[in-house]
Order: sequence, then C-alpha cells, then structure tokens
Amino acid sequence: MAQKSFRQALNEALHHEMRRDPNVIVLGEDVAGGSGASGQKDAWGGAFGVTKGLLGAFGPSRVRDTPITESAFVGAAAGAAMTGLRPVAEIMFVDFLGVCFDQIFNQAAKFRYMFGGKAVTPLVIRATYGAGTRSASQHSQALYPIFTHVPGLKVVIPSSPYDAKGLLIQAIRDNDPVIFLENKVLYDTVGEVPDGAYTVPFGEAHIVREGGDATIVALGRMVHFAREAAEILAAEGIDCTVLDPRTTSPLDEDTLLEMAEETGRVVIVDEANPRCGMAADISSIIAEKAFGALKAPIMKVTAPHTPVPYAPNLEAAYIPDAKRIADAVRKAVAFKRS
Amino acid sequence: MTGLQLSREELLKAYRLMRMIRVFEDRVSAEMASGDIPGNTHLYAGQEASAVGICLHLSESDRIASTHRGHGHCIAKGCDVDGMMAEIFGKDTGICRGKGGSMHIADLSKGMLGANGIVGGAPPIACGAALTSQILGRNDVSVAFTGDGGINQGTTAESMNLAQVWKLPVIFAVEDNGFGEATASSFVVAGEITKRAEALGMAFAKVDGVDFFAVHEAAGEAVERARRGEGPTLLHIETPRYYGHFSGDPDNYRTAEEKAAMRRDRDCLPRFRRRVTEAKLLGLDELDKVDAEVQAAIDQAVASARSAPQPALSSLTTDVYVRY
Repeated sequence: MAQKSFRQALNEALHHEMRRDPNVIVLGEDVAGGSGASGQKDAWGGAFGVTKGLLGAFGPSRVRDTPITESAFVGAAAGAAMTGLRPVAEIMFVDFLGVCFDQIFNQAAKFRYMFGGKAVTPLVIRATYGAGTRSASQHSQALYPIFTHVPGLKVVIPSSPYDAKGLLIQAIRDNDPVIFLENKVLYDTVGEVPDGAYTVPFGEAHIVREGGDATIVALGRMVHFAREAAEILAAEGIDCTVLDPRTTSPLDEDTLLEMAEETGRVVIVDEANPRCGMAADISSIIAEKAFGALKAPIMKVTAPHTPVPYAPNLEAAYIPDAKRIADAVRKAVAFKRS
Repeated sequence: MTGLQLSREELLKAYRLMRMIRVFEDRVSAEMASGDIPGNTHLYAGQEASAVGICLHLSESDRIASTHRGHGHCIAKGCDVDGMMAEIFGKDTGICRGKGGSMHIADLSKGMLGANGIVGGAPPIACGAALTSQILGRNDVSVAFTGDGGINQGTTAESMNLAQVWKLPVIFAVEDNGFGEATASSFVVAGEITKRAEALGMAFAKVDGVDFFAVHEAAGEAVERARRGEGPTLLHIETPRYYGHFSGDPDNYRTAEEKAAMRRDRDCLPRFRRRVTEAKLLGLDELDKVDAEVQAAIDQAVASARSAPQPALSSLTTDVYVRY
C-alpha cells in the first residue's frame, strides 16, 4: 500500500467525493487562493495546502474563495446543505469558529430537530486544531469538547492518514453536520493509505495496540504520544492497550467500557483543557458504568486550564507528552487500595 | 401601478393571505391570554403587506428564511395554517411535530426554511439557498427576511457582501417596524438602511410597507433581477408593528396616541380594500366573503390544535440526527 501524508490523504478524499457527487462543493478562505489576483491561480490550496488542486479539477463554481467572513460562509454552507448541496467549509483554525458559532450550534445543529425531522444538513466543517506550532492562544486550541457537547453535531478527530481519508469521505457522505478537526502537527505525518475511496465509520473506536495492564484512551495527536508511552512501558513489563475513539460524537462507549473492564486501569489523554473536556467526559462514563472493574482511579492527562502559551518552553509544558502519560500509567499500576 | 394589473384570482389570493395573517395573529394573541399556549410568540400583525407582497412572486421552489416574527412569512409562503397553529400549541400535529414552536416553524417542501430565534439568522441561510440555486443552475431565488434590528447584525452585513460579490439570487427584505424589541430603531440604526446596500453596489428600494401594491412592485423587480442572474437587492420596507415585541409585552414605550394613530392610519387591509374596490377589480361582497372564510379557517385551526394530542414522549430523543 502506498505511503501518503495526512495532508495528501485528506486531499484525495476531497477529490474522490467531488468527482463522485457534483453536489459536493468546497468553500473557505483561500481554499484556492489567488482569486481575483494577477498571479498564480490555486496559489495556496488552503492555508495548509489540503485543498490544493481542487480548483483546477472542479472549477471556481464548486471551489470558492470566500471573504474573511466566517458567519456568512459557514451560515451559507448550512443553508446550502439544507437545500441540496453537500458543502465542505474550511475554517483555517478551529479557534475562528468562535466568530461563527451561532451558525453551527444554533442553526446547522438544530435544523433537523427544530423542524420535526424534516431537514437534513449534510455539512462538513473542516478546521485545524492543536498546539505545538508556536501559534499562541488564538490559533492553537483543541475545542472539540465544545462541539461534542452540542446535540446534532458529529465530531471527528483523525489520528492517522488512513483514518483521515476514510473519516473525511464518511463525513462528506454523512447527512448530519460534521465538525472535522485536523491536528496541524500531523499534516506531514505519513502512513499507509489506499488509492481508492473507502470509509471509516463514525462511532467505532480503533484499538491501536493491545495490552492487559492498562488502557490508554487518546485522541488525534495524543494517540502518537500514547503509543510512545506504551512502548516505554512495555520495556518495563507494563502492557498497555491504546484506544483511539476517532469520533467524540458519536462516542464508541461499548469499546471504551470493554477495554476498561479488561484492563481495570484507565488513563485518558486529552489535548483539550481539563474542565468539561473529553477526559472528564470519558472518565465519568467509565466511572458510572464500569466502576466494579476498576483496580485504580481513572487518571487524566490533559492540558492545564490555561490558554495556549507562546513561549516554546511554556507550550511544551502545556501539551501532554509520552512521559506524563507513562507516569500516569505507572501510578495507576502502583495503586493499592488501603 | 403594476400591482393593479394582477388578475382577480391573484388579488383575492393576496387579500386572503393578508387577512389570514391578521386573523391568525389576533387570534394567537387572544389564545396567549388564555394561558394555553406554552411558549412565547412575536406577532406579525400590521406587517402583512410585506410578506404577501413579496411571497406572491415566489413559487414553492423559491426559498425564504425568516425571523422570530415569522408567522406571516410562513402563511405567505404557503405553510399549512392548521399545522402552524398546532405547532404554536406544542402539539403532535404541529408542522414541526411540536418540537419547534412559534420561532422555528418551517416547511422545506414549501420553500420555507424556518422562522429563526436569532436576530440576523436568516441572511446566511438565504444566501446558502441562493448558492444552491446558482451552483445547480436553477432559476430559484431566495429571500432573507430581517428587520431594523437584524440590519445591525454582523451576519447581515457579511451576507450582503457575500451575496453581492457572488451575485447570489437573494433578496434582503428589511422589515423596518421602527422597533428592535423595545428600543426605537432611530436610536440604534445609524444612517439610511438603503445606503448600506448602495455602499456595496447592490440594488435597493425603499418601500411603504402598508401599501401592498408598492411592496409587490418593488419585490417583483428584485425577484426578476435575481432570476436574471444580476444579483441581490435590498428592500427597505417601512411597516407598523401592531403588538409589542412579544405577546404580553406591555408595549409601554409607545404612547396610546401613537399606537391608536398607527392602527388607524397604517393598516394595509382597508387600504387594499379601498384600492381594489375603487378600481372596480373586486367587490366588497367578495372581500367580506374572504373575511368570513378566513375567520372560519382560523376557528377551525384553533379547535383542531386544542384537541390534538401532545407529542409522544418517545419523540424527545428522535430527529437529532439522520443516523447516529
């Protein structure tokens, strides 16, 4: 199987779906770049190059550079979704969804319910998330818990190029609004990706690695750190399962509970802030439904309850890493009931 | 005046719709006072000529997006009145199965993309519907209803810009009833509303919203402009708002004299009756017959809404997703 980058995997997914379905459109700030200018067309192909080549393949009617007005184009994408198109709107940074949140949580997420089940809203909003690029407080957040909180939205956080492609195709074919979050540090990571179109279903966790001593639950970029921690721990004789939920809404509770029960020790890694985050949410589910199987308290490894800092040393301290994850697992394994 | 060239059937339809909105709203106001309507309502009475003057140009495949004061737009766009009344009563037979209520009445099959609880909610949605029409090569237009409150929202400003640069087939119908909630628009709206369109190079018109024929004529030009692919239009429609912001609003920020004068001098219905009878297009007996039929229809809508069952509790958790 061919090795491809996370970015290329996403790009292929968009090409596949735009070829397959003429109702799929892509819109956002500089998704092509160069519109109306004298120089190169498709100059950027998105701020991170994910949509490169779509303009040439599908033309300016279906690949639209928008004004920098997120409320207008995300709201229009919701309206277009309700009336027959399948828009994929790109927001450069998930942080910017703050300026158009009304379009997402009051409009798109609720059309179906408010209208008594008569509306479908096949909308995908792609955005980058995550710290690690010295981009500071307004360009680095991991806001997926906020979207996960909203009924009507689905929330996808791929961790590998394979999942990125399959989950994005699934997102575009899905008839509900999907928030699709791409960790910008992962764009250049490489993995096996089939050439053809395929889907990865929502709500099915991926068991990345199996081990009997503890379960590490991780999302997005944190899956890579969880694997790293598991390898360190394996050398010490501690065998870990690494579980990647892949989607936080729907959330694969069954597999989470099954792994929690099998290992009896759970460490949840979340790049988001700790209060009302995914670590807190998953922890509560396991505490409520698998309490009897637990051999140790559930451990959470998260960012602190602070904005994302700029200085490299501070940012490094902000982001959970393999060492902190391994420490948490060791603590769980060492736990003795008094 | 082009409106007077409408056929008898169209004139009767326009009058029936305007009367239907008025009687519907007056009745909702009365039913609210009975305490049997669970939520709140924002009544459209006084503004009928705006919704009807515009929507008479639209077919079912054209779309509108509306406001919190949306009952009139819904009726003008062809939503079922029984289903609307049942929705407001929160019943299972409601147009949204009782899940939406007054502020979320929608019927996509009629091109009605929803009343909206957010001021400035409609413009992005209507632009999206217009984008669908443009990309799929259809001739449909869409209308964003908003008001003197909504014109100040960023969504409206952003959507007007987007519509103009993309030449979207959309009409921004700004119904200026003089008040955003309890604050006079003169206190919070800077400059002339039409100048905001002019600044973008967008076509615009200012219309007397009490005059059905004036609205109808201006809307006709806007709709034709959009269908020709020549882009959006802003219509600044000055209308009265007969009730307060919401049902139960004491409306004490307007004097009794001002309110009495508004109802006396700015009522689209007697004005329409006078125009069509003076021009001998319709007879008073025909108009009175419509009034009686509308009254009976609303009586029936209230009776059936009152006797309809509540939604099944099992519906609480359905229709959140298509598939989850």
